Amino acid sequence: MNTETRAPQLAPLAAGPKKSVATRNAYGDALLELGSEREDILVLDADLSGSTKTKAFSKAYPDRFVNLGVAEANMIGTAAGLASQGYTVFASSFAMFASGKAWEQVRQSVCVPQLNVKIAATHAGLTVGEDGKSHQMLEDVTLMRVLPYMKVFVPGDSVEAAECIRVAARTPGPVYIRLSRANTPVVFDASYRFEVGKGALLRDGADLAIAVNGVVVGPALEAAELLAAKGIQARVIDLACVSPIDEALVIAAARDCGAILTVEEHQVNGGLGSAVAEVVGEHHPVPIYRHGMRGEFGQSATAEVLLAHYGLDGAGIAAKAVELLKRKKR
Amino acid sequence: MPLTPERKAAVQAAARTVRQDTIRMVHKANSGHIGGPLGMADFMSVLFLEHLDLTAENRHAPDRDRFVLGNGHTCAGYYSLLSQKGLVSRDELLKFRTLGSPLQGHPHRNHDIGIDFSTGSLGNSLSVASGMALAAKKRGWKARVYSTSSDGESQEGQIWEAATSAAHYGLDNLTVLVDFNNIQIDGHMRDVMNVRDLRVKYEAFGWHALDVDGHDVDAVHDALLAAKAETRRPSALICHTVLGKGVSFMEDQPGWHGTPPSDAEAEKALAELAG
Repeated sequence: MNTETRAPQLAPLAAGPKKSVATRNAYGDALLELGSEREDILVLDADLSGSTKTKAFSKAYPDRFVNLGVAEANMIGTAAGLASQGYTVFASSFAMFASGKAWEQVRQSVCVPQLNVKIAATHAGLTVGEDGKSHQMLEDVTLMRVLPYMKVFVPGDSVEAAECIRVAARTPGPVYIRLSRANTPVVFDASYRFEVGKGALLRDGADLAIAVNGVVVGPALEAAELLAAKGIQARVIDLACVSPIDEALVIAAARDCGAILTVEEHQVNGGLGSAVAEVVGEHHPVPIYRHGMRGEFGQSATAEVLLAHYGLDGAGIAAKAVELLKRKKR
Repeated sequence: MPLTPERKAAVQAAARTVRQDTIRMVHKANSGHIGGPLGMADFMSVLFLEHLDLTAENRHAPDRDRFVLGNGHTCAGYYSLLSQKGLVSRDELLKFRTLGSPLQGHPHRNHDIGIDFSTGSLGNSLSVASGMALAAKKRGWKARVYSTSSDGESQEGQIWEAATSAAHYGLDNLTVLVDFNNIQIDGHMRDVMNVRDLRVKYEAFGWHALDVDGHDVDAVHDALLAAKAETRRPSALICHTVLGKGVSFMEDQPGWHGTPPSDAEAEKALAELAG
């Protein structure tokens, strides 16, 4: 094996009893911490501060919080104007509105001038749950990943989410951080450090690789356990940084494992699955299955029921892995 | 203070240069927009010569005035004024819209030549200008933020989102100059989409709003002074203009929104502008 492209060391994972925390809560806490450290950080919201968890910052630092009301396009434009004057601006709303309704403002007013606007978008994906398809944003990674200069982070748990927020605050230029409403398993140990352009090795194995990000990281690790019980050793890599993606980690997974299952709480078209397939297709083609939403919108139910329904729980992911293994070249 | 006769003459000379430069640039590039810059030349010259604190020396100062060309397609006239203020060379002006030029087809943020923001997509920039004005307030800067808009751009919903928030936050350091020439690309507004009385609309949104003859440099100067004196409210100056002003065969003709002139038309226009 070429040592230069050897997979990195295992990331520190949480030990002890399983905890469950929403990534949006980690965002709120990280903002408070940043507020005490840096006076150049402003936080904007569009009438959802209770839900996006920016409210605590607004109470602690009222002069550095701006509520723009139910007007997301204007919020992003205002964020751009503030950032153009030297501020680092976090702008929050639900992922549907922050990335969907305001996409053109994100492109024209944030990415074209390459400003320090960090879009922390909560309530992404199926795990919004009962609110249903109008609020289950499943296309935001696609929309954001295609934009030049935009960095896209999809943290897998609350520890990684807090890290993503801290890294976004100190990384120049536009960043999109995809966060969730539901409480989801804490995967990482507090000592974990996130880096732009780097993935994390969560479990080693060589029978196949599971490339995953977002709130389905926990279920992917569960799937790896189920597979191990059947004698299948899966490598699990967390690609929270979808753009720029960790090409070396993906190529190493393709080369060492010979097949990659991608798993995301998102449309597979344009999302993590596409990002991985692009790297693999250009550098080291192997069989891939992109597991996630395929050409349909979600529906109302609890987060847990929806993940199971769409095969994004441990058992569903393990089943897709077994199918993919049949296509792996021997 | 009203404009002295000398300063008024200087503003009018600058406006004439804006019109001549616009014709030359769009003719040379064989693409671009003429009608808007010709119509805006008078009020833009008052703004740039008498009010906007932007010079070659202070262009990188964080606390200077800011300008955002909301109707970005009218940038030929804006670039002429940047040139007249020593921020862009005369040679560079004629490279407008060509490969590698900082004078892009629509403005791109570049503080080296005094361009404060990237624009071109209608509707976006009043939000940006509001953000700049809010930043100046938070930082305790005396800087004013000027933005242009247009009657056509007022059809975009985001303008009214920004109008709502700028009034809510009392951005009295923000002034938008709205070019109202009653023409949009597809024709006269009364036929395409009538935006009606923009002064009344801005007032209803909580702004200090004035109707101004956009070609009367004294009136525009007074209106900009009134905007500066206003407290607690942002100001909207509805500048009534004639598209293509100064070139008789272009005036009030929707066809001159975004069409380059032929050699003969450019020559004829420049002859008329030479007086």
